[in-house]
Amino acid sequence: MITVNAIGDICPIPVVKTKKALGELNGPGEIEVLVDNETAVKNVTKMAKSSGASAESEQLGEKQYRVLITVGEAAAQQVQSAKNSAAQPQGQDQQETAAGCRTCMGTVVAVGSDRMGEGSEELGRILIKSFIFALTQLDDLPDKILFYNGGAKLTVEGSESLEDLKTLEEQGVEIQTCGTCLDYYGIKDQLAIGGVTNMYSIVETLQNAMSVIRP
Amino acid sequence: MQEEIRLTQFAKHGGCAAKIGPDTLSRVLGRLPKFSDPDLIVGFETSDDAAVYKITDDVALIQTLDFFTPVVDDPYTFGQVAAANALSDVYAMGGEPKIALNIVCFPGDLDPDILGEILRGGADKVREAGAVLVGGHSIQDDVPKYGLSVAGLVHPDRVYKNFGCKKGDVLILTKQLGSGIINTAVKAQMASPEAEQEVIRVMTTLNRKAKETAADFTVHACTDVTGFGLLGHCSEMAEASKAVIEIGVEGIAFMQGAKEYAEMGLIPGGAYRNQEHVSGLLDAGNVDEVYVDLLSDPQTSGGLLFAVPEEEAEEMQRALARAELGTEVSVVGKVTGSGVDKPCIRLRDKVEMR
Repeated sequence: MITVNAIGDICPIPVVKTKKALGELNGPGEIEVLVDNETAVKNVTKMAKSSGASAESEQLGEKQYRVLITVGEAAAQQVQSAKNSAAQPQGQDQQETAAGCRTCMGTVVAVGSDRMGEGSEELGRILIKSFIFALTQLDDLPDKILFYNGGAKLTVEGSESLEDLKTLEEQGVEIQTCGTCLDYYGIKDQLAIGGVTNMYSIVETLQNAMSVIRP
Repeated sequence: MQEEIRLTQFAKHGGCAAKIGPDTLSRVLGRLPKFSDPDLIVGFETSDDAAVYKITDDVALIQTLDFFTPVVDDPYTFGQVAAANALSDVYAMGGEPKIALNIVCFPGDLDPDILGEILRGGADKVREAGAVLVGGHSIQDDVPKYGLSVAGLVHPDRVYKNFGCKKGDVLILTKQLGSGIINTAVKAQMASPEAEQEVIRVMTTLNRKAKETAADFTVHACTDVTGFGLLGHCSEMAEASKAVIEIGVEGIAFMQGAKEYAEMGLIPGGAYRNQEHVSGLLDAGNVDEVYVDLLSDPQTSGGLLFAVPEEEAEEMQRALARAELGTEVSVVGKVTGSGVDKPCIRLRDKVEMR
C-alpha cells in the first residue's frame, strides 16, 4: 500500500500526487490518500475512477479525510498504457495524449555537451560520465534526458555512459537525442540508445518541465 | 538558470474561482441595509452584474468593479484577462465602457516590471474597448491582485437585466465553457498546450462584439457567465425571472480537454460550491455526471448569456457567427416556463428547439 499525504495541499496538488502514485504502483494494489478538504476527496475519487480504479472515502476527523483507492488488474493495465502513451513525444491523437498527460513532465535533464563544466576537457569527460552514473542512483529518477549538441556523442556507440543510460531507460526514463546534432556530427547511424527528437519537441519538453537539470 | 516567477503560485484560487461562494455571499449581503432611489434601475437585489443609475431619460450610468488573483503566469496576459473580465460586466448590462480605474494589490518585494506588464495588459484591453484608463489605486499585499472599476453608459430603455426571460426564449452563450477546469489542469501541468492556448484566447476576448451584435435583436435577459458557472448564473436568471430553464448539455461548446480533465478530477473547489448553491433548483435528469461539473465550473472572463425570443434566435446565431467573435457560440437551452412558483433548471442531453 502506498500512502499519499496531501494534507495542507491546495487544489490540484492532491490529484497530481494521486496520479503519480497510480503510476508508481506498477500493478494492482492499494493507495491511501490523506486530504483535508471535501473538494480534494471528490477530485481524488474522480482521478481514481478515470484510471479505472475504485475508491472509497471516509472522514477521519475534522479536516481529515482518507480516500482508499483499489487498483485491480484491469486498472493497472490502463494506468500503464496511459503512462506509455504519455511517453510518446509526438502523439497522433491529441485528445488521447492530453488525457494521458503528455505535458506533465517532472524533472528533465538537459545535456548539451559531452563534458561537464569549464576547464580541463579530460576532467569534463570524467565528470559527465559520473554525473550520468549518479542519475541512476537517484530515488526519484528524472522523467526524461535530452541530449543535444556535443551531448549527442553520449548516446552513440562507443560512449562510456551507455550502460548507465540503459539502466535508466529500463526504469522508465525517456532518452532523446537531437536529430540535427546527430546529423551534424555524422553519427546518426551510431545512435545506440533512446529516440531521436527535434527542436520543437525539446522546447516543449523544457517548457513543461517542473524542473530542468543542466550538468 | 534564472528562477522563473509563476504568478499563479501566489494564489490559492485563481480568477473568478477566487470568488466567495454564492451561499456565503447571499447570507452576508442579506444583512446589509437596502438602498432605494427612484433613479436606481438595477441594484444588487437581483444579483446582477453591475449597478445602473438613470441620469436623464436618455442616459444611464453603469458602475462596476471586479478584480482577482492571478489565473495565468504571464503578467501581461493576466492584465488582459482581468480587464476583459471587468469590462464584461458593463457589456452584460448592454452598455458601453467609458472610464476605467485600476485596482492593484502587489507584493513590495516582487519585481515592479511584473506589475508594469500587468497594467500594460489591462490598459491594452481598455483601449480595445474604446474606454479611457485614468489612474487607480494600489496597495502592498502578499498576493498580487488586479482588476478595474469601470463606468459605462447605456440608454435606460436598453439595459440588459439578468431577469425577464420568457417562455420560449432560447439561451445563447457567446464563449465556450471550461476555463476553471483548464486553468486547474494548467496548474497541475496536465493541460495540453492547445488547451492552454485556447483558454487564454477565450479569457482575453472582450465581450464587446457579442454585445454590439445583440443590439440588433430583442434581448429579454442577459448576464455574463463568470464565477458562479453557467448553472449558477442560470439559476439567478431563473429565480429572478420565475422561469424554468432547460439546458441541453450536448449542444454546449466546451474548451478542448475540459471534459477529460473534469473526469480526471481537475475541478476547482468553486465548482462544488456552485453545485451546492444550485442544488435546490437543479434537476440533473439522466445526464452524465461530468456535465454537472462542467456546467458549474467557475468561468473567468466568460461569455454573455442571452435569452432571446425563439423566432430571432437563429438569425442572432448567424449574426454572431458573422461578427467573428473569436470564440464558440452555442445554444445552451431554452426557457420552458415563466411566471412559475418554483423556478428550476433541468439538465437534458438535448433540448427540442421547436
